[in-house]
Amino acid sequence: MTEHILKAFDEDLREISSRLAEMGGLAERLVAESVDALVKRDTALAQRVIAADDQVDALQRDIEEKAVLTIARRQPMAVDLREIVAALRIANDLERVGDLAKNTAKRVLALDGEYQAQKQLRGVKHMADMVLQRLKQVLDAYGARDEERAMDVWRRDGEIDAMYTSLFRELLTYMMEDPRHITLCIHLLFAAKNIERIGDHATNIAETIYYLVVGEVLTEERPKLDTTSITRMINR
Amino acid sequence: MDMMVHPIKVVSAASPEVASAAIKIAARSVNVFYGDKHALKDVSVDVPERAVTAFIGPSGCGKSTFLRCINRMNDTIPIARVTGQILIDDLDIYDPSLDVVQLRARVGMVFQKPNPFPKSVYENVAYGPRIHGLAKSKADLEEIVVTSLKKASLWEEVKERLTDPGTGLSGGQQQRLCIARAIAVSPEIILMDEPCSALDPIATARIEELIDELRANYTIIIVTHSMQQAARVSQRTAFFHLGVLVEEGQTETIFTNPSDKRTLDYITGRFG
Repeated sequence: MTEHILKAFDEDLREISSRLAEMGGLAERLVAESVDALVKRDTALAQRVIAADDQVDALQRDIEEKAVLTIARRQPMAVDLREIVAALRIANDLERVGDLAKNTAKRVLALDGEYQAQKQLRGVKHMADMVLQRLKQVLDAYGARDEERAMDVWRRDGEIDAMYTSLFRELLTYMMEDPRHITLCIHLLFAAKNIERIGDHATNIAETIYYLVVGEVLTEERPKLDTTSITRMINR
Repeated sequence: MDMMVHPIKVVSAASPEVASAAIKIAARSVNVFYGDKHALKDVSVDVPERAVTAFIGPSGCGKSTFLRCINRMNDTIPIARVTGQILIDDLDIYDPSLDVVQLRARVGMVFQKPNPFPKSVYENVAYGPRIHGLAKSKADLEEIVVTSLKKASLWEEVKERLTDPGTGLSGGQQQRLCIARAIAVSPEIILMDEPCSALDPIATARIEELIDELRANYTIIIVTHSMQQAARVSQRTAFFHLGVLVEEGQTETIFTNPSDKRTLDYITGRFG
């Protein structure tokens, strides 16, 4: 894109975009670290994740403020306006991602002293790896303004939902097998839900990137495969 | 005037959503030359009835030139030459047998700088209907004046000072007086050439409010340098550049997702 006659306008947009990249990197790191803390039961790391969420929130406020100022000052049109609207939306999603990572980290603290079982963790870890990969891909797609890469994330959100559904059943089975696992499994279930929600935010971001690049709102219904809300125990 | 009628059938050149609205003005391959200068190049566009169409573009892009074709104002410039066809309700306005005075009664115009006659507020509005013989009696004429001033949202401000000179009003009031004067002869189309560029923001807001009310009864074309104004008041927008009509479409589309790069560069302030 060629530059504006008003160079300060380019500067404003660049600033917003680079803040958002920073925020994306930070959110990504918090998600990775919260899962790490969960897998390794590292309460110190969990504490750091909880503390670092404030930075994500601060970045969101900063981006919002800059976006509002730019709208007021420059009256952006077309792609410039979409650029700012997209930044606002993505910052919102990333702020939620930070909160979800923080919630997972809090569960690590709650689990301190609880029984540790690697086999129950495996599924959560696997799902987290997948979600992290999606989050990374969608943030890269934002950086490159590449709606195709973003749409790839969007189309594959169903896989995460399906994985969550199967994890839900699995954890349910562990709980039925041995009631001593219930506390752990419940926390893991919530952590898994957090991670699944992070996947949803990655999908939202993908939709926003599509809007930013193409200029149209995606109207297609997103593939939904999370069926836990209608899942019940069949053998009862 | 050199007039060339192209053997073009009037088919809707514009997008489907215009085709559904009645077309008031249909321009086909309109070219304008000022001496050797080719000021407007092959412009074809449909202007929908009872809607506001905005013409935007950088200075010298041909938007005012095209506007002036619609009521044949270019006739007043000796070196100007217009070719192509402009139809208003299927009537060719460059037909040699057409009465230009009648045309200009149907197609009113408001200019950049308010230009009331050096007469009273009342006379400014009464002049047009009187010379066109639109009023049968004095009471008739008075009614036209009052209605026109009301339609132009000026009545409340001038009803006590109808005999004061029109030139004594504020800039914004003068512009609304000019709109009242244009309305008084019951035009179907009102052309506005940067009607707010000499006004302060409050007077501008009043005129914009007025334009929005007027579009229920008139077909309005506004030339403006303010993109925000075009976005606020118009339903359709046409972008001109270097004498060419680059893009025409629904205002919201033009300002959010234009299809031509030149339009995008212009509206986002990237021209240069």
